[in-house]
Formats: sequence, C-alpha cells, structure tokens
Amino acid sequence: MTDQQDRALEDWRGVKQEIVEETDATVALRPASRRLLADLVRPYHRWGAVLVVVVILESVARLGIPVLVQRVLDNGIPDLQTGTTSTLTTLLAVMVAAIVVQATCRAFFLRRSGIIGNELLLTLRRRLYRQFQRLSVGFHDRYTSGRAVSRMTSDVEAVQELVLQGLDVVVAALLTIVGSTVILLLLDWRLALVAFATYPLLWFLMRWFTRAATRAFRHVRTLSAVVIVQFIETMTGIKAVQAFRREPRSRDLYEAVALRYRDANTRALRVFARAMPGIQFIGHVGIVVVVAVGGFMALNGQLTVGTLAAFVLYVRMFFDPMQDIGQFISSLQSALTALEKIAGVMDEEPDVHDPEHPVELPEARGGVAFDGVGFSYVEGVPVLPELDLDIPAGQTLALVGTTGAGKTTIAKLVARFYDPQRGAVQLDGVDLRDLDDATLRRHVTLLTQENFIFAGSIADNIAFGRPDATREEIVAAARAVGAHPFIAGMEKGYDTDTGKRGSRLSAGQRQLVAFARVVLADPRVVILDEATSSLDVPTERIVQRALATILADRTAIIIAHRLSTVEVADRVVVLQHGRIVEDGPPEVLVAGGGRYADLHRAWLASLA
Amino acid sequence: MPFWRQFTLALILAPIGVGMAVLIPLLLGRIVDGPIADGDAAGIAWFSLLILGAGAVDAGVNLLRRWVMTRTTSALEANVRLDLFDKLQALQLGFHKRWESGQLLSRIMTDLGLLRRFMAFGLLLLVMNTVHIVVVVSIMVGMHRALGLTVLLSVLPVVAATTHLVRRFGLVSRQVQDRTGDVASVAEESLHGVRVIRSFGRVPYSFQGFDRRSVRLRDAGVDRMRIASVLWPLLEVFPSLLLVLVLGGSAVAAANGLLTLGEVVSFVTLLLSLAWPVGSLGFLLSFMREAQTAADRVCEVFDAPITIESGERRIQDPRGAVSLRDVSFRFDDATEPTLSGLDLDIAPGETIALVGGTGSGKSTVVSLIPRLQDVTGGAVLLDGVDVRDLDLVQLRSLVATAFEDPILFSMSARENLTLGRPDATDRDIDEALRIASAGFVHDLPWGLDTRLGEQGLSLSGGQRQRLALARAILVRPKVLVLDDTLSALDIHTEAEVEAALKSALKGVTGLVVAHRASTVLLADRVAMLVAGRIAHVGTHHDLLATVPEYRELLSADYSIEPELAEEEAR
Repeated sequence: MTDQQDRALEDWRGVKQEIVEETDATVALRPASRRLLADLVRPYHRWGAVLVVVVILESVARLGIPVLVQRVLDNGIPDLQTGTTSTLTTLLAVMVAAIVVQATCRAFFLRRSGIIGNELLLTLRRRLYRQFQRLSVGFHDRYTSGRAVSRMTSDVEAVQELVLQGLDVVVAALLTIVGSTVILLLLDWRLALVAFATYPLLWFLMRWFTRAATRAFRHVRTLSAVVIVQFIETMTGIKAVQAFRREPRSRDLYEAVALRYRDANTRALRVFARAMPGIQFIGHVGIVVVVAVGGFMALNGQLTVGTLAAFVLYVRMFFDPMQDIGQFISSLQSALTALEKIAGVMDEEPDVHDPEHPVELPEARGGVAFDGVGFSYVEGVPVLPELDLDIPAGQTLALVGTTGAGKTTIAKLVARFYDPQRGAVQLDGVDLRDLDDATLRRHVTLLTQENFIFAGSIADNIAFGRPDATREEIVAAARAVGAHPFIAGMEKGYDTDTGKRGSRLSAGQRQLVAFARVVLADPRVVILDEATSSLDVPTERIVQRALATILADRTAIIIAHRLSTVEVADRVVVLQHGRIVEDGPPEVLVAGGGRYADLHRAWLASLA
Repeated sequence: MPFWRQFTLALILAPIGVGMAVLIPLLLGRIVDGPIADGDAAGIAWFSLLILGAGAVDAGVNLLRRWVMTRTTSALEANVRLDLFDKLQALQLGFHKRWESGQLLSRIMTDLGLLRRFMAFGLLLLVMNTVHIVVVVSIMVGMHRALGLTVLLSVLPVVAATTHLVRRFGLVSRQVQDRTGDVASVAEESLHGVRVIRSFGRVPYSFQGFDRRSVRLRDAGVDRMRIASVLWPLLEVFPSLLLVLVLGGSAVAAANGLLTLGEVVSFVTLLLSLAWPVGSLGFLLSFMREAQTAADRVCEVFDAPITIESGERRIQDPRGAVSLRDVSFRFDDATEPTLSGLDLDIAPGETIALVGGTGSGKSTVVSLIPRLQDVTGGAVLLDGVDVRDLDLVQLRSLVATAFEDPILFSMSARENLTLGRPDATDRDIDEALRIASAGFVHDLPWGLDTRLGEQGLSLSGGQRQRLALARAILVRPKVLVLDDTLSALDIHTEAEVEAALKSALKGVTGLVVAHRASTVLLADRVAMLVAGRIAHVGTHHDLLATVPEYRELLSADYSIEPELAEEEAR
C-alpha cells in the first residue's frame, strides 16, 4: 500500500486539526510496554518460581524417557537374553513413575498458569478501564471511543494469547532445549559438538525472524484498530446508513480497511511461513550430521548403537521446540505491540488532575464564580477571552447566545471537564482545581442533550444519579419531572429494559429519564445544557414547574434555545464570542430593547 | 468454495510432509541395522544424503504449504468479514436494537481471527497428525502384528475420554466467547457514555458493572483451562505409556529372537514419533472446538432472518402520496402495540405535521414509511403501492428522513451531506445548505472538507440538526420526513429554516414531527397522535379552536394546573 493509495483512501475522511497518529509514538513506547508487562507479571513471581520448578520436574521426567528407552535397548534386552528380567522390569517401572510425574506436573502447571493468566488479564482489563475513566473528557474528545474500544478488546486479546498459550509453551520449550543440550553433552561430548555446529545458523534465522515479526505485527495492530473503528461507527449509525442507502459506499470503505488488514496479516504470517521450515531444515541438517559422524564413530567402535539412537532422539528433541519458540516469539511480538498501544494509554495523564491536598468541602452553598477565565480548545483561537461571572448561591442563570458564543464551554468548565488556561472557576470561593473529583461531582452535575442511556432497566438508569436510592426515591424523582406517567404506562414499568442505548425510549423520554437522574443526584449546582429540546410542550411545562421547585434552593446554569426554559431564570446573561454583552433579570432585559429583547419578541411570535 | 485449489494443494502437500516425517525415522532405523552394523562407510554416506534429501523435501513442502495457506486463510477471513458486514448492513434496525454492539464486534474480530488461525495452523495440523498417527500405526501393525494391535486396542479408552473432555471444553469455550462479547459491550458503553459517567461522578459504580462481567469472563477462562489441564496431559503422556507397553513386549520378543534389535529400534522410534502428533492432539482438538464455537457464533448472525427485504415493484412516475391504512406496530419484546388502527392519508405535495405527547409513537410512525421498521399490521402505501412490494433502494431514495438525533460520521462534511446522493454537485450542496441555514459549514476550517463526527470537529446540537436537514433535502426526495429536526435550533434560525423549507417543500410531500407551534405552522394540516392512533386531523387553527387536548399540547398559555392535579391524584 503506497502513500498515494493511503491518501486516496483517506480523502473521504476529510481534514482535521493536528492529526497525531499514535503509530509515530509507538517506538518510544517499547520500554513502556515491557515495563507494563513486567508490572503485570510481578505479583505472580512466587508462583512463577513454583511453576518453573514444576516444569523442570516435568521436563526431567519427559526427557528421561528416551534415556530409559536406550537403557532398555542397551541393557534390558541383552540381560533378558541372559535370563535376567529384573533389569527390564525395573527400567519399565521407572518409566511409569516418570510418566506419572510428567502428567501430574503438567496438569498442575496448566491449571495454575490458567488461573494466573486469567487473573492477569482481569487486572489488565481493570486497569485499562480505570485509566480510561480517569482520563479527562478532553482526552476522550481526542482519542475517540472506537480506538479506546480496540484497546480494550483486540489489544487485550493479543496479550491474552501470549499469556494463556505462549508462556506455557515457552517454558517447556526452553527447558527442553537446555535439558537436551546438557544430555547431548553427557552422552558423548564429541558428537554433541558436531551437533552444535548448526546453532549459529539457527541464531541468525531467529534474529531475522524476531525483527521482521516485530515490524509486521506493529502494522497488524494499527490496522486492526482501524477496522474496529470503522465497524463500530457504521453499526452505531446503521439507521442513517440504511435510510440513505449508503450500504454500498460504506461497504467499499470498510472493504478498503479490511483488505489492508488482510494484507498486513498475510505479511506477518509469511514471516512465520519462512522461518518455520527454515528451523525445520536446520534440524534435519543437524540430524544428518549426527548420523553421518556418529555412524562412522560407531563403525570405529567409539559409540554404541544405542547411544547413537538416543543421540538422534535428543537432537530431534532439541529442534522440535524451536518451532514452539518461533510461535512464542510471534505471539510475544504481537502482544508487545498491543502492550505498546495499551502502555500509550496508561502513560497518559489526565489534563484535569485531582489535587494533592484537596480542600474539604462537605457542604456546599453553591456559589459559582468565573474569575478572569481564559480558555481555548485550540491554541490561538480563544473561546473565552477573559470571562468574569459571579453566580451567587441559589441563583438560576440562563445563558443565551448564538452558536459558538461559548455557552457549552462555560458549562463544561463548571463541570470541570476542562481546566481554564487562565484565571479560575470557583465553587464557594474554592478553585475547582483544589477539589477532589468525588466532592465536585457530589455538588455539581452537568446534564447535556446527550442523554446517554445505559443498558439495563429504567430504574437502573434513573438510579445512576444515586445508585443506593430506594425504589420509592426513584419513583419520586421520576414523578418530580413528569416521567412517572410514561414509565408506569410501560408493561414492566420501572423494570422495563431500555434496549441498546435506550432505543426503546423516544428522545423525549430519554431526556426525562436523564432529568430524573439529576433530581435523584441532588447536587447543589445544576447545569442544564439544552436538556429540554426534545420535550413536547406539556411535558416541558411539567419539567418547568419541577425546575421551579427543584432549582429554588440550588444554583443553576441553564442553556436553552427555547426561551420557555429560560423563563424560570432569575438572571439572563447574553454571550457573544465568549464575552458577556448583556446581563440582568429577564424582565429588565426584555424592557431594555437589546438582543435578549429581540429574541424574546421572536419567541413570543413563534408561539402564535 | 472459492479456495478449493489452495486447500487441495495443501492437502496434497500435507501427506508428503507426513511421509517425510515417517520416512526419516525409518531411514534412521535402516542406517543402524544396515551400514553401521555392516561397517559399510559408503552406505552411511549414501543414507545420510538420503536423509538430507528427505529433510529438504520436508522443509520445502512445508514452506510451500504455509505460503499458500497464509494467503488463503487471510483472504478467507477477509471475505467472511466482508460478508458478515454486508449481512449486518442488510439486517433491519430491530436486529441492531437487540444485539449488543460488543457481541457483534467480538464476532467480526475475535471469532473470525480465531477461525483464520484454525484454518491456517490447526486444521492442517489436525489432519496431518491424524494421518501421521494412522500411517504410523499401520506401519507398526505391518511390522509386528501383535505389538501393533496392542497399540491399536489401547487407544480406544483414551479416545472415549478425549471425546468427553473435548465436548465439555467446547461448552465452556462458548461461555468464554460470549462473555468476551459481554465485556466488549460494557467497555464500549462506558466509553460512549464517559461524559455522563463523569458528570455524575459514577466511575466506581460503572466500574462495578464492568468488573462483574470481567470476573465472570475470568471464571470461564479458568474453567476452560481446568478442562485443558486434564485433556492435554492425558494425550501428552499417552504415547509414553504405550512405549512402556511396547518396550516390555518387544523386549521379550527380541530376547526370544522374534525381533531384531534394529526392528525394536525402528518400532520404538516410530512410537516416539507419535509423541508429538498424539500429544498435540489435545490442544488441536480443543482448538477445533473453539473454532467450531466461533463459527457457530458467526453463523448466528448469518442465519438471522432479514425481515425487511426488497420488493420487486418500482413506481414509474412517483407523485409522493402516502397512506397509512389500519397500521399497527408492536415492538418485538412488547405485548402491547405502540400503534394500532392508525389511518392517515397525505396527498402528494401536502405537508402534514404529526404531533403527540412524549413517547406517543411519532418517531415510530415516520420510521415505517422508508421501512426502517415494518408494520406489524395494516399497510403503508406510497402512491397506492404497499411499500413492502417496492424496490427498497427506490423507496429509500423517494423518502428521506432528517432524524432528531443527527447521526454524523467521522467523515468530511461533504461526505456526510451527500450520504444519500453521492453524485451531488457543489451547487446542489450549497442549495441544500442554504435551505437548512447551514452556511456555517463554509466557515469551518477546511470548509466542506472538514472532518466531522467523533473523530473530527464537534458541532453544537443545532448545527448537527441543520446538517441532518441539509442531508435529507439533498436527496431530493418525493417524501421528506423531519423527525423533530428543528428542536435544537434557536428561534431566529428556526424561522429562517422554516421560511426556506416552505418553498423547498413545494411539490414534495412533507411529514413533520413537531413539538412547537412554530414548527406546526410549516404544515398544511396537523395530525394528532393519541394512544397509538390518529385522533384528530385538521388545520392548526381548527384544532386549536376545537380540540382541548391539542391546545394543551401546543399552546404556550395553556394552564397545566388541572393536569398536574390529575397527575398527583394517580
């Protein structure tokens, strides 16, 4: 795939600011990925030692068997011919014992390593989940959910393959190799040296293989994320895809990435396809050399036939696990590349930190203040140049202004999704940066038009505002916002399943559920960003009325295009380009004949 | 079977490989019995060359086979992936609402990957090892009948035990794979809902849900390994057990002169050569079960019935008359219908506003026209033709919907706008943007080439809705459906849009879901939805004058006190 094709493929995606491809950063992340792996493995180092002992035992037992076979051939049978059966029976009994040891050790190893491997994956999943939830909203705006999902699924699975299958094989393989090397030397060191003549070849092959595999797998992991992102996006937007007959085009786009993924996979597997027969061939050469040289030695009486036979067995035993090692190297590389991506996420620090010495604020009155706040998403394009705004506790403030005036930004700053670059946002005079997350969230809640509904029942979704709420409290919250009638009208009432992403609910119903959540959460400061746009008029009125009571003793910041929602406000602030252009009680502004008065007039007209 | 050639080649190559693997130990036996015993130096050299040749063939065949299979299996995986993608795109919304996206994701990525690996390594190894075992055992039987038959008989109980264990392994594998999908689903949900989780400070709570599923996944994983820890060692030590048996027997036979020492060596070498094929069988059989489960899971999607299939008929000269006849609709999992006995006629070119309380089923009604869902009773007619008989592509190009939830993809603004008409010219786009008052697109940093959506520039709710509207207008449909598309617009913009829409809707049948009087005024007539049927139809002013419920629903000055009193009385 050339750069040109890459560009053609990306054309439809359009242009975006600062496209930072993480692939550039991955090489720097290699040490981080190894650290992460070491960190994950550390808690199990004691078990690791036990398992190594078990594997050694198992390998000794397994490797002992050909030795015993040789003994049978060299001593057991000749003794039998002279009438002594005890040699043979003893040897066979020892063999049975070896087999029992081998099987027991192996079963123990598999069982224990299965537990450890699955524990380790659980830890990795937990850590990754926590990290994603710890990182600030700004990170998620950049990183996108599709990529995050691919970190949590396909990358973890790549590690899984290593942990569950790789380690098992490699420990045994390495021990077999070391063990058979030692036995070869003990059996006949001259012939052993002859066999070792093939090792340098093997070393070169392995080195090439490791390097090529690393490169290839890095490519595979990057593309697998792209395939996942594309898939998730199409399926999330399937309604629009079908309604606008986009299936052929979206298939073309998916095909383009799926085929690139295929090619990357093919390339990676071809590295493997070349290395494995290579190892095999070197193994055959080793055997031939041993047989030829050993044959002549036997001819000269320097070697017994039995020793030669055993020797051939051990040379084979030496090369057999080489293929396993090759397999291991490829899953190791694949896992390390996945870990690089994961380590990249783990190394991220949230833009919004919890303070080291948080200010205690068990009870808040709810005063919010912007003190010379300057904020921009992109450097050089200030959204809020310098905002001073004081919202006394208990006030209901409406923010009005055209798109891009900075209303939503103000909401996000109060919810501390972002920190301002200059100045400070304060709650009861305390800089938000000095409050820990739990305290802030207890006092401040932001409700957006997003109205995300989680899988589960309606009750679960309302209880999201306060998970320990009783059913009565949940119903009370639903009643307060007028959601009770529709919920009660559903077949299973509060236990109705909301469907995937709340698909069983209409947009208005989703908003009501989200509202009930806020009521239940009972914060001192409520921010409503376009939270009522999908409600019909009577429902909105119920919400309105509920707001009047709910917000009576709370601080509220309301952003709405519908001035009906604004009506409950004590104070209206009109924003333009991040600056306050009008500020006052609604009735004063209406009388004043400014922008708000215009808006108000237009709104009245629309109600006709 | 598009790849039969490659598979045949691999199947031909595989026995050659097995043949070499069997030949080499035989040659080794011969060299011991022949040249070494006889002191024939030249013979040793010849035999060595022969073994080297066999080794070269072995490696060469292996290389060729892997090379072919690599390409083949990757291509096969990609093909199935694309077929699955096609199927998912063709499946109706009802399916997508039911299936968690993580389950779909784990099928199209994890399961297909697993299948590919099995095809590439597992399947052939399984075949080769089985062939290897059969060949070796046959040779053994040929070499020494009694010993060979002993080997053969002793296999039976192991086969029985293996079958049982492999079956159990398969059941647990299914659990593991399903739970992997569950974990993916929760992970995806938590990432999409991260802003809500954050703003309520519910990270620990949402973590619990994730953790519960992850722990269940771990438990299944541990279970699976427990079964493997019995199955694998059993098969791994089985050849050694046989060896004891055979050694005992052959030693006696050799001592009695029934076998030569060379024969015993060959026999034992053969038996040892079974160590790997038999030992690996445990892993391979479990791998096969896993692959089988993966295939089952993928097939579940392939087997899902497509209920919304294209009809045959095409309308030659569409006018845009829409009729809903005694329409009822019930969600799959509901017992009560959402709509029942709904009748509505919309003349070509007419615009109807559809009003109703929150959750009254307005969005459901409009989704029936382009067949995003199908009626469960009655019929929807377009120009007198049941939409189920219509060519789906034609139907969906005649009916365009601007959704209340404007779905924007991570693509350029242009690509997002031309979703329904890829060949639209810049002038068409400008016109649509004008009507939707979405001129702001030109002010974006890269104009129409700016990337939007999750991976691009974020827009406000109002901006997104205007893009959704422009997208629908651009299709130049005969029937334009606005599903509460103007709710997030401010009053000035809404007025602008409505003025432009009025002219744009000339000659186009319009169906507008509305909450506000201002939006209703776009329409010629208003249909009011109550309890799943159309209760009232008329002009806005007629309804205001004659229908109290309508007044309550639409008029701003209506008092809510009586209703609240009633509500509290409940």
